[in-house]
Amino acid sequence: MKIEKLAKDLLLINGKIIDPHNRKTFDGDVWLKNGKIAGVGDVNTPKGAEKIDCSGKVITHGFCDLHVHFREPGREDKETLKTGSRAALAGGFTRVCVMPNTHPPLDTPESINFIREKAQECPIHIHPIGAVTKSQGGNDITEMGLMHREGAVAFSDDGIPIQDGAMMRIALEYSTLMNVPVINHAEDECLRAEGVMNEGIVSNHLGLPGNPDFAESTMVHRDLELAKFTGARLHVPHVSSAKSVQHIRGMKKINEKVTAEVTPHHLYFNDESLRSFDTNLKVAPPIRTEQDRKALLEAVKDGTIDCIATDHAPHTIEDKETTFDLASFGMIGLESCFGAVCKVLVVNEMAIALEELIRLLTVKPRNIMGFEADLFQVGIPAEIAILDPTKDWVFDSTHVQSRSVNSPYYGETLTGRVEMTISRGYIASN
Amino acid sequence: MLQQKHLLGLEGYPSEDIQSIIDTAFNFREVLDRPIKKVPSLQGVTIVNLFFENSTRTRISFELAQKRLSADTVNFSSSSSSLKKGESFKDTAQNIEAMKIDATVMRHPTPGAPQHLTEFIDAVVINAGDGTHEHPTQAILDMMSLHEKFGKLKGLKVGILGDISHSRVALSNIYGLITMGVEVTLCGPPNLIPPFIRNLGVNVNYNVDEVIEWADALNVLRIQRERMGLGLVPSIREYRAMFGITKERLDHHKKEIVIMHPGPMNRGVEIDGSVADSDQAIILDQVLNGVASRMAILYLLCGGKSSEKEES
Repeated sequence: MKIEKLAKDLLLINGKIIDPHNRKTFDGDVWLKNGKIAGVGDVNTPKGAEKIDCSGKVITHGFCDLHVHFREPGREDKETLKTGSRAALAGGFTRVCVMPNTHPPLDTPESINFIREKAQECPIHIHPIGAVTKSQGGNDITEMGLMHREGAVAFSDDGIPIQDGAMMRIALEYSTLMNVPVINHAEDECLRAEGVMNEGIVSNHLGLPGNPDFAESTMVHRDLELAKFTGARLHVPHVSSAKSVQHIRGMKKINEKVTAEVTPHHLYFNDESLRSFDTNLKVAPPIRTEQDRKALLEAVKDGTIDCIATDHAPHTIEDKETTFDLASFGMIGLESCFGAVCKVLVVNEMAIALEELIRLLTVKPRNIMGFEADLFQVGIPAEIAILDPTKDWVFDSTHVQSRSVNSPYYGETLTGRVEMTISRGYIASN
Repeated sequence: MLQQKHLLGLEGYPSEDIQSIIDTAFNFREVLDRPIKKVPSLQGVTIVNLFFENSTRTRISFELAQKRLSADTVNFSSSSSSLKKGESFKDTAQNIEAMKIDATVMRHPTPGAPQHLTEFIDAVVINAGDGTHEHPTQAILDMMSLHEKFGKLKGLKVGILGDISHSRVALSNIYGLITMGVEVTLCGPPNLIPPFIRNLGVNVNYNVDEVIEWADALNVLRIQRERMGLGLVPSIREYRAMFGITKERLDHHKKEIVIMHPGPMNRGVEIDGSVADSDQAIILDQVLNGVASRMAILYLLCGGKSSEKEES
C-alpha cells in the first residue's frame, strides 16, 4: 500500500458515485480542493488538476468502524494508532472508534485526551471510546462526563462483560447525562466458563470446552430491558447468535434507541471452520453455527442489525501460535472486511444491493455516533473510498497493514476490493 | 390547632396546617431576637428526644426549641440505648411511654419507624428524619426560609439538586412544596434520581445550568462521600464539573438565584465555599428558622391553642 499527500486539486473521474446518505447513485466526477469536497457529479474541470481515472469503480464515503482495538497505550507491539490507521486505510476506513481495553485502560479524561492528541498525527479520524468502569473492574463508574468533554464518543468495557446487572443499570442511567451509547460485551461469564468456541456438535467433536449461545443472549436480553427502563442508548456489539438477534428484533419494535453491529467474521465463517484448530478463528464471542450465521445475514437484511464493525483485534504471533486453550481471543479484520462482507451479502448469498451494504459501513455507523454522515457536501474534508465491487482476489499476508497478522482469511477468495482511500489529506492506494 | 396529632411526614399534610406552622414560626422568630429568648408556652410538658441515628444540628435545634419553650426534655441516643442490649423497639417505646411523657421527637435509620412508634404509644410523635423517607421539620424550615425571602410560596420555582434517591430532605421538600403550590425541578446524576419520582408532580432536568436559569431558588443537597465508594458518583471533580454550584457556574448566569443547603455542607464538592458565604446564600437563615419552625411545631402539637393568641 502506498500513502501519499493529496494533490492541491484532484479529480476522480468517470466513476460511479454512490452517495449513501442521500441514497443516490450516478455517474460523474469528484473534485477535491485542498483535501475538501469541491464538487460532486458534474464538475467544471479546474485547470492543472491531477486526475485519477475511476472507470468501472465506485466512489463512495470512507467507511466508519465503531469497534477496533489499536492497543495503544500499552501493547504497541500488537498495534498502534499509526499502524492501525494503515490497516484502516487498506480496508477503506477513514474513521474508527477505538476500544478502551488498553494498558492502562482508557478510563480517565486524561487518557481520552492522550488518544485525541495522538490521533491528530494519524491519517484517519480516531475517536476514543471510554471505559464504563474504573480499570474495567466492573465496580465503579468512570468520570463519563469529563471523558465525554475530552472526546469520548461512547462507553464500553469491551472485552470484559459488565457482569453485575446493577452496575449496568447505573452505567446506563448515568450515560443519559451525555446521551451517548453504552456498548456492553454481552457474555455471561459464569455460563461462558472456560469455553473457547461455540458449544455445539463441533465443539463436541473437537473436545474443546464450549461457550453456549445463551451466554450471550441472556445478557443481551438483560441489557435490552435495562436500556428500555432507563431510556439510555444501548449499542449491542458483535452479535453472534440467532437468539440474540431475536431479542434485539423484538425490542427494536418498542425501543428505537437500540442499535446493534455484526462483525464480518460472524457473517463469513461458521463453527465448522474451527475443525482446522486455527487459533485465528478463536474470537469472543465465538463463531457459531451455520444456523446462527444465516440468522445474522437475515438480521442485516431486515435492519435488525444496523452496521458492520470489524472488532479488529491484533495479537502477537506468540499469542496465537500456541495451543487452542492458551491462544488469545480475537482477529484482525480491517483489511479483509469489505471483500468478506461484499462476498456474502451482495454477491454470493443475500443479494443485498451494494448501496445498502455501503450504508452499513458508512451512514449507519456514523449516525449511531452522531458523526457527520452527509459527506459529499461541498467544503467537507474528504473521506472517500474507491471500490471495485466485483473484483475477486485471494487474501494473503501482503494485504495486511496491521502490525499483527492474526487473520483467518489467508487463502480465501474475497469479492470486492478497496482500491483507494482518501482521508485527512492523504490518499492510500492498495 | 393542627388537624393531625403527629407530624410523621408531609405527604398528604394539609396546606393550611403548613401555613399555620410557618405563620407561628415567624412569631417565634421574634422571640429568638429578644434579649431573653424564653417563653413559658410548654411549661410542664415532657418531651423525649429519641435518636437512633447520629445527628448534630437537628438534635441541637430541637433541644433549643424545647428549652426556649420551657419544656422538660430527656435525651436518648442509640449509643446509650437498651436496644444494644437486645430490647425490642416496642419494649423500648412502651417503657419510655410508661414514664408519662407528652411527646417524642424521633430520628431513626429505617423508613416508617416513627409511624411504627405511634402504634405503641399515645404521646405525640414528631419525625426528625426516618432513613431515606421523610424529614418534615427540615422541609418546613426550608419553606419558611423561602417565604421569608420571597414573601410567598405559591408560584415560586424551586430546584432541588443532588442525590435525590437517598435524601429524606428532598422527599419532604417535594411533598411540602407541591402542596404549597411551588413548582419543583429535580436535578442530579440520573442514577441518583428515582425513575418514578415524576409521578409526584415534579420536573426532572439533568442540566444544572438550565435549572439555574429556570429557578428562583436552588436547594443544594449534600453529596455524601460514602456514595463515592459505592460506584454511584465517579469522583469529586466529576461531580463538581457536572453539578457543582461553583462561583464560575453562577457567574455565567445573569440572574441571581437564592441558594439553600440543609447542611452539613461539603465545601468544594456540591457547593463552593465562596458561594455558601455569599449574599445569595440563605444557609444560616435556614438554621435560625429551624429553631423557630421546631418551636412552632412543638407548640402547636403539644398544647398551643393558636399562634395569634399566644404571641399577641
